[in-house]
Amino acid sequence: MTNYQSQNFIRISATTMTPPATRNHEAEMAKLIDVTRCIGCKACQAACMEWNNLRSTVGTFNGTLENPADLDPHTWTLMRFTEHENDKGDLEWLIRKDGCMHCEDPGCLKACPAPGAIVQYENGIVDFVSENCIGCGFCVKGCPFNIPRISQVDHKSYKCTLCSDRVAVNLEPACVKACPTGAILFGSKQNMTDWAGERVEDLKSRGFANAGLYDPPGVGGTHVMYVLHHADTPSIYSDLPENPKISATVEFWKGLIKPVALASFAAAVVTGFMHWVIAGPNEVQPEDEEAADRIIEGKNAPKSSPELPT
Amino acid sequence: MTRPLGTLIRNDTATRINHWITALCFVLLVISGLSMFHPVLYWLSAFFGSGQWARQSHPWIGVVLLLSYSGLIIQFWRDNLWNMDDVRWMMAIRRVLANDEEGVPEVARFNAGQKFVFWSMAVLVPVLFITGLIIWEYYFGTWTSIPTQRAALLIHSLCAIAAILVWIVHVYAAIWVRGSMRAMTQGYVTPGWAWRHHRKWFRSLVATGSSGPRPNDVRREAGE
Repeated sequence: MTNYQSQNFIRISATTMTPPATRNHEAEMAKLIDVTRCIGCKACQAACMEWNNLRSTVGTFNGTLENPADLDPHTWTLMRFTEHENDKGDLEWLIRKDGCMHCEDPGCLKACPAPGAIVQYENGIVDFVSENCIGCGFCVKGCPFNIPRISQVDHKSYKCTLCSDRVAVNLEPACVKACPTGAILFGSKQNMTDWAGERVEDLKSRGFANAGLYDPPGVGGTHVMYVLHHADTPSIYSDLPENPKISATVEFWKGLIKPVALASFAAAVVTGFMHWVIAGPNEVQPEDEEAADRIIEGKNAPKSSPELPT
Repeated sequence: MTRPLGTLIRNDTATRINHWITALCFVLLVISGLSMFHPVLYWLSAFFGSGQWARQSHPWIGVVLLLSYSGLIIQFWRDNLWNMDDVRWMMAIRRVLANDEEGVPEVARFNAGQKFVFWSMAVLVPVLFITGLIIWEYYFGTWTSIPTQRAALLIHSLCAIAAILVWIVHVYAAIWVRGSMRAMTQGYVTPGWAWRHHRKWFRSLVATGSSGPRPNDVRREAGE
């Protein structure tokens, strides 16, 4: 979705070449979403639409505060609301800003068959380069967070860019800029992790014993992290995965079988060629035609025996 | 098609057209499919104009292939039924590969290798079709769960790899056994070819006075 400079990639989809590695000083960036400070105002959602010029079609009311009902090609971030009853029987209103997590090990990028349609920048942002996208939907299968959505209009895949265009010119993402409570922060991953540590300590001192940072190691960590009051049970936040990682099915499909398949095709062709060299073509010999003629003549000859010569 | 006097019909016109529609579809599917399978083969999508076009065309060609191969199944299944002679033929495969078919069990219309190709594709094509529908993003992207689609993608890829290997065997056999190619392009074989490779088939045609492709099929000889 953005302009890019080729020297800023650390991963490029569907390519066997090594990405440029000369820029190695750049800090990894991260967005920190402090769920415990979120008031569910959806300013981030509005800011995302505003900055990226996205307007989803008006849907229907589904009985919750979620609007629209799900992520779509025009909705790259979505507030998800859960009414959670805790052990004491008290209601907790859990609000999570859903969207791309910008995994360090991105399943979408691993699954993508189109060269350069998905890239990972040195700062950690995973971005879709739409002109290279072929609309196959493999990224949807690769993603452990169920984030990418394929447009039924232009058949391209869309998701949060982490405002890579803004970050490239030293601005924070639009959602961060809009958040009125400071629940969304942006900075180097180290700074965000440190800040989250302080925040988690604070929450623990205030009775949230299981407060913690959500930076799942199964995908090598993410460049969008959550501070959760109940980090031991992330699934209560609208099915945030407990231990996300790239599916073993996808790993196998995009791993071993690719070289093995090509090698087996080559082996089959070489075997055929070697057979041709060793045994040669199987050609009909004059004796075969003569034997066949004898049988046809035997059949056509007027004689009483129904037996065919063998 | 006119054929030389005394030759036998191996594949009639409808069969040959059906076969070549299937073959064209298969080749196009291999090209577009491999372009989406391995990055080093992405350039194959250029045959379709772009990656988008390859992705868009692939499932539709698959639909045509399913219909086309169904036609081949209807025409060929009877002559591909497995029997004990096929087991004996397989036991003697070394002699077959050495171009020495004397002493190998006599073969009817199809030998065990051809039956293997036929039944492999008869299984693989429907599996490829069903798994292909599941991952056909444009129409069925939201019909099944993502884990189901992941499994379908893997099965689709594995079946495609198997089908390509079977296809390589099929193509090489057609090159290796001289006269087979003409049997599928012009449709006829010489009696000597039938005697050498499909003796039981040959005997059944002679016994019923048939010119092929099946016993009791009676056609007038060209010029008769």
